[in-house]
Amino acid sequence: MTTYLVIAALLLIGMLVVQISKANEYINTLRGEDAELDTDRINGVLWLIFTILFLVGIVWSTWYFSPLFLPESASEHGHWIDTMFNITLILTGIVFVLTQIALGWFAWKYHGKKGKLGFYYPENNKLEMIWTVVPAIALTILVVVGLYYWFRITGPASADARVVEITGKQFNWLVRYPGPDGKLGTNNWKLIDETNAVGIDFNNKDGLDDIMPTELHFEVNKPYMLKIGARDVIHDVGLPHFRIHMDAMPGLPTHFKFTPTITTDEMKKKTNNPDFDYEMCCDYLCGKGHSAMKMMVYVDTKEQYQAWLQKQKSFFETAIKGTDAEKKIVASVTEKVSTEKGSDHSNH
Amino acid sequence: MDAKDLHHGHSEHHSGAVITDHVHYQDTEGVIRFEADHGHHDSDRNKKNFIHTYIFSTDHKMIGKQFLITGIIWAIIGGGLSNIFRMQLGFPDVPLHFIGNIFGDKWAPGGKMTPDFYNMLITMHGTILVFFVLTAGLSGTFANLLIPLQIGARDMASPVLNMLSYWFFFLAGAVMFTSFFMPSGAAGVSWVFYPPLSAIREAAVGSETGADLWLVSMALFIVSSLLGGLNYITTILNLRTKGMSMSKLPLTIWALLITAILGLLSFPVLLGAAILLIFDRSMGTSFYLDKIYMSGIGAMPHEGGNPILYQHLFWFLGHPEVYIVILPAFGIVSEVLAVNSRKPIFGYRAMILSMLAIAALAFFVWAHHMFVTGLNPFVGSVFVFLTLLIAIPSAIKVFNWITTIWKANIRYTPAMMFSVGFVSLFISGGLTGIFLGNSSIDIQLHDTYFIVAHFHIVMGVAAFFGMFAGVYHWFPKMYGRFMNRTIGFIHFWVTFVGSYCIFWPMHYQGMAGVPRRYYSHGAFESFNKFGALSEFITIAAIVVFLAQLLFVFNFLYSMYRGKKVTELNPWKSNTIEWTTPIHPGHGNWDGPLPEVHRGPYDYGKDGEDFIPQTVPMRPGETTHHG
Repeated sequence: MTTYLVIAALLLIGMLVVQISKANEYINTLRGEDAELDTDRINGVLWLIFTILFLVGIVWSTWYFSPLFLPESASEHGHWIDTMFNITLILTGIVFVLTQIALGWFAWKYHGKKGKLGFYYPENNKLEMIWTVVPAIALTILVVVGLYYWFRITGPASADARVVEITGKQFNWLVRYPGPDGKLGTNNWKLIDETNAVGIDFNNKDGLDDIMPTELHFEVNKPYMLKIGARDVIHDVGLPHFRIHMDAMPGLPTHFKFTPTITTDEMKKKTNNPDFDYEMCCDYLCGKGHSAMKMMVYVDTKEQYQAWLQKQKSFFETAIKGTDAEKKIVASVTEKVSTEKGSDHSNH
Repeated sequence: MDAKDLHHGHSEHHSGAVITDHVHYQDTEGVIRFEADHGHHDSDRNKKNFIHTYIFSTDHKMIGKQFLITGIIWAIIGGGLSNIFRMQLGFPDVPLHFIGNIFGDKWAPGGKMTPDFYNMLITMHGTILVFFVLTAGLSGTFANLLIPLQIGARDMASPVLNMLSYWFFFLAGAVMFTSFFMPSGAAGVSWVFYPPLSAIREAAVGSETGADLWLVSMALFIVSSLLGGLNYITTILNLRTKGMSMSKLPLTIWALLITAILGLLSFPVLLGAAILLIFDRSMGTSFYLDKIYMSGIGAMPHEGGNPILYQHLFWFLGHPEVYIVILPAFGIVSEVLAVNSRKPIFGYRAMILSMLAIAALAFFVWAHHMFVTGLNPFVGSVFVFLTLLIAIPSAIKVFNWITTIWKANIRYTPAMMFSVGFVSLFISGGLTGIFLGNSSIDIQLHDTYFIVAHFHIVMGVAAFFGMFAGVYHWFPKMYGRFMNRTIGFIHFWVTFVGSYCIFWPMHYQGMAGVPRRYYSHGAFESFNKFGALSEFITIAAIVVFLAQLLFVFNFLYSMYRGKKVTELNPWKSNTIEWTTPIHPGHGNWDGPLPEVHRGPYDYGKDGEDFIPQTVPMRPGETTHHG
């Protein structure tokens, strides 16, 4: 019933607008040039009002919504990105305000007036030169600073960076940490099955102690190297608090290095939100479960991290050992690997 | 020359001598010209039957109208889809039973849409608006309508190819429309159609039959676009009337020429990408696929492909495509601004050069869509540099538009309102591009609502504004009547303010990291804070959509009942389309073709309000345009 009422109301409003508009047109036709000049003046004034309200509204709404923005970056490179964002915001903000004011101002000031002609001003090479060179200089600054940060962010990871493997699948994340030996075992997509979710090759003893927790833990102020991949379709590792986005693709490994700088506990205090937690999302459409592809992320102090790590049991021990899967895996590993001599064993 | 043979050839195809009024001759300068046999002209028009006049018409003006009306229908569908998925984002608890009634209950059990249906909506919204509305509806309409009229030609170089261009577009649309009603629904893998999601049927419901039909539809659409583009380029280069040198062309024509060249060079690449994707989907090839294990199926047989290859091919079209969308709007806005400012467009040559620069750069920036695909950082840096270079010609255009209205005597028509609004939108949306084009910032903003806000403002709404400006401005030429101005102004203000209300707040969501293409943000503490804002955006979107229905009403009503045009040149414009009769027949000019003596922007020169292009230069008069 409400639906029909709403539709009826909308139709009535529409008819009202149309009837008033039609009447207005008749009157304007009768009034001739005067009506045209009135229209020009009214629209000119509206442009001025719009421009003022628009600029004031933008400042107000940015201030109003700023509490919802992301807190301070929780990673080292995130501060570089934020700096870059702010530099760009200042430069473009100046241009934005000046050009919008000029547009609104001229649109009001130069509305049609009786007996006036437009000022014949077809070109001025000096002006064209100015607004070619000035943007060019501003953009050069942005490119240079931007690329300075870009190369620092994408540069080689430090040798002591800890490796964590993240694999996307429909519709959850799989993460793998090296065990006490500090080395990730090799894996092979052909070894993937319902138990061995990332296809760890258990013939390689590095993989026997790998752990596959259901949440991500990082130790604060330690460099990490994320090795990123996917099993089925394209996903994207989204860690907005750490200013990280990196695609996860089947058959095409990617990586991202970063250093977390703020622990979860510190961030709870900084944001004044005892429920605060870091989250990892999927940032590329991967199917129907895309918007639920979440994994919790924790940044720990050294002690917290060690305590957590101690509790973790190796994937082999928890999921494989002593089950039927163990025999099956051992058998299939031997078989698959032998039929695949010379082909790529290490997915990454 | 070819055009001559071609044209005579086509005349013979029409049994019953439907179009016999075209004779061509080559003038002394070696330029092919059309000349009508005037005696038969009107009687021929009367003899034509309904099908030849309105359906399989070869008259460029009718084809332009066909593109426009088809584009409007698609815009209503594509815009309507956005309102449905905005309901899911703003008011997820409101049951939408009509979805079940139209598409089948499985898409919205109990009136609650499923994620698959949501993905289908966003995919079709993007595809329809980018390709069917802002490419075909915008370029198709105004290239067809304006090129022959503004360069002084009887028709396109090949009217039959032109007709085919429309009918391929129609066919593409028919296939796309049908796909909505497949058991597995329309395509639902986002408009960029990245494999493997789009290559493996089992990966998503939206990757089943709907995706096949999407690819077929796109292939047909590309054929349409190529046939049109070839024709536009040939016509502009060969069929200009006497005196219409390239340096006297209106900016609309320059824009449409550059648009057609861009399309001709980039659309075939998308066709290639689509064909390879069809192979991967249906014939077991592995162009884009490697090392895939699907849950529930197991390891896929595909090996050795590369998912990034598709992205390179797609964006090699995809980036020029955004300029294909915006360049015609540049042209229309420049023309409308000059005419209604009663001033020359400022920097005619700079405007052309900047469009050429944008077009050239458009081919070398595609990888800025791929900064987070693990691209080699050096390659990334080159694309950052080239991407930000585009800001320079864009800035030149903006400053020139603003200078054009400086010291003007502005006559506010709805077309002028939309043109000034376009400049405001282009500034707002263009500047956020400087954030996204810088790879280091893109790491954070990639695929968030920030990019949604950016491209909707700069190429979505702005291109629509160019289209509206064009429709309001040239409606008298199309139908011999005016559209209602008051409704036009209401349409403008609601759309303009409403569009900012929709898209400006999305920047804030993007800055908070909220990802796009999310059915629901409820699972994430960090993204779930924008409930009230989402509601606001949804309401704004619905209001803007309703305002467009007002425009459609105005369009249809004015077609039959609008105020009649009583003078040849109602806008006091310089360009030569206003020298044709109020209702031009097929062949456009009753008498000989007009001769052109000056550039199109002599407004306010030497104390005269306007001097049409057909007026000879006075002795001693100087020109600023080459």
